[in-house]
Amino acid sequence: MTSLAVNDHQAETAAPAKVIQPVWVRIVHWTNAFAMILMIMSGWQIYNASPLFGFTFSRSITLGGWLGGALLWHFAAMWLLMVNGLTYLALGFATGRFRKKLLPITPGGVIADTKAALTFKLSHDDLSKYNSVQKLLYAGIITVGVVIVLSGLSMWKPVQLHWLVALFGGYDFARYVHFTCMALIVVFLVIHVALALLVPKSLRAMLIGR
Amino acid sequence: MGRLRKLLIPGVDKKLLLRDAVKTMPELTRRRFITAGTSLGALTLLTGCDVVDSSSAEELLKKVSKFNDAVQAWMFNPDALAPTFPESMITKPFPFNAYYDLDDAPEIAGADWKLEVRGLVDNKKSWTLDELYKLPQVKQVTRHICVEGWSAIGSWTGTPLRDFLKLVGADTRANYVWFQCADKDGYNSPLDMRSALHPQTQMTFKFADQILPRAYGFPMKIRVPTKLGFKNPKYVLSMEVTNDYKGGYWEDQGYNSFSGS
Ligand code: HEM
Repeated sequence: MTSLAVNDHQAETAAPAKVIQPVWVRIVHWTNAFAMILMIMSGWQIYNASPLFGFTFSRSITLGGWLGGALLWHFAAMWLLMVNGLTYLALGFATGRFRKKLLPITPGGVIADTKAALTFKLSHDDLSKYNSVQKLLYAGIITVGVVIVLSGLSMWKPVQLHWLVALFGGYDFARYVHFTCMALIVVFLVIHVALALLVPKSLRAMLIGR
Repeated sequence: MGRLRKLLIPGVDKKLLLRDAVKTMPELTRRRFITAGTSLGALTLLTGCDVVDSSSAEELLKKVSKFNDAVQAWMFNPDALAPTFPESMITKPFPFNAYYDLDDAPEIAGADWKLEVRGLVDNKKSWTLDELYKLPQVKQVTRHICVEGWSAIGSWTGTPLRDFLKLVGADTRANYVWFQCADKDGYNSPLDMRSALHPQTQMTFKFADQILPRAYGFPMKIRVPTKLGFKNPKYVLSMEVTNDYKGGYWEDQGYNSFSGS
């Protein structure tokens, strides 16, 4: 046990390149996942107070118990989501991670990698390099994350931030934008978790770095 | 909060009060309240899964809500006007919304009604409707945004509250204007002074150019287009200029107190 730990340590100091997911990425990633889930579950309860479509969410999967409680959760978790998200964006740009890991995304690359993935020929040997499908999904979900926060802010402060609500086509339209982003995140989450479970070593890297 | 409510409406049985409130709530909220037991102010915020000790989670959430009050007060620009709309965009029919049915809305005889003015004001005289109608009025077509998420555009006409506060010699350095209303269960709500002095905050006497109908708050409502709908009290009986935070019907149950838009 002791020697193993020492070996691990030596490996880490001797070859830092082996770290696939740096610690800051792991921290903001899991904080984000936690905040997102709080936002989505409380958001469903808020939606139920005035549904946009002909359905409501079962109370067993919502957070807050009633509208007032859900709003307290939503407007508390939003700070975690926003501060964490801004940290991720700032570090992502500053460290060059976004440029190195998420670009370039080409239609050809995405098509080729999708075909390879569907025929189980996609290589996962080098986890430090995202394939085109990963790049597209991650760049896409980061964009959706930015839009859901901005549309949410616009509905929270439609007078103080009236230019923002105008950008989203007015208050009523902003509600649909916000809901659509939520739906995209849920779809992403299902695919994302399924893929992580299919390639467990990627999950291991997101948990312990290597 | 329970103690406060009892002080405000002495003799009201809290359990009866809850039962009444529950009856008029949407089905989902109603079930929530029933499972929450008989404490109207209790916020049991977690459903099924009890992953967090719910009372400490509640305390934290209330603290964040207070922090959000401060953030919103900081964001509030006294000169930023709520967008106005052409009359053609008015929502028809404009929704009636309350924690009770329209049949239970207060029926106030305009001739007997008087607006009571209390607290930190020079002139504590009560105002009849006729006297109030003589004050200069302005019309606004603005969007009413409900805490539930829906919104509707309406046309409200009345006297800017800041003009009235000046007229009665209110101490506008005070923290709040607190409104008591005639709704059953004694609706009330505090309005922070900076929002009260906002140019669009209005003592409303007309909806769509007609004397304010019963459904929308006859004889007087306070229209605050920079606040969510529940901060726009209807059936107003009195206003009190005060430095104290006196709580409010929904505020005490957990809706964010500033609830600015
Ligand atoms: C809504 C919640 C979530 C969002 C928005 C999200 C988003 C992301 C993003 C943007 C990345 C790329 C990070 C980077 O390289 O900078 C990523 C990576 C990853 N996420 Fe999530 N994630 C969420 C939830 C989860 C959950 C619940 C799991 C658990 C199964 C998970 C597992 C992973 C793994 C294993 C990686 C690295 C995968 C790889 O090598 O491609 N994520 N996630």
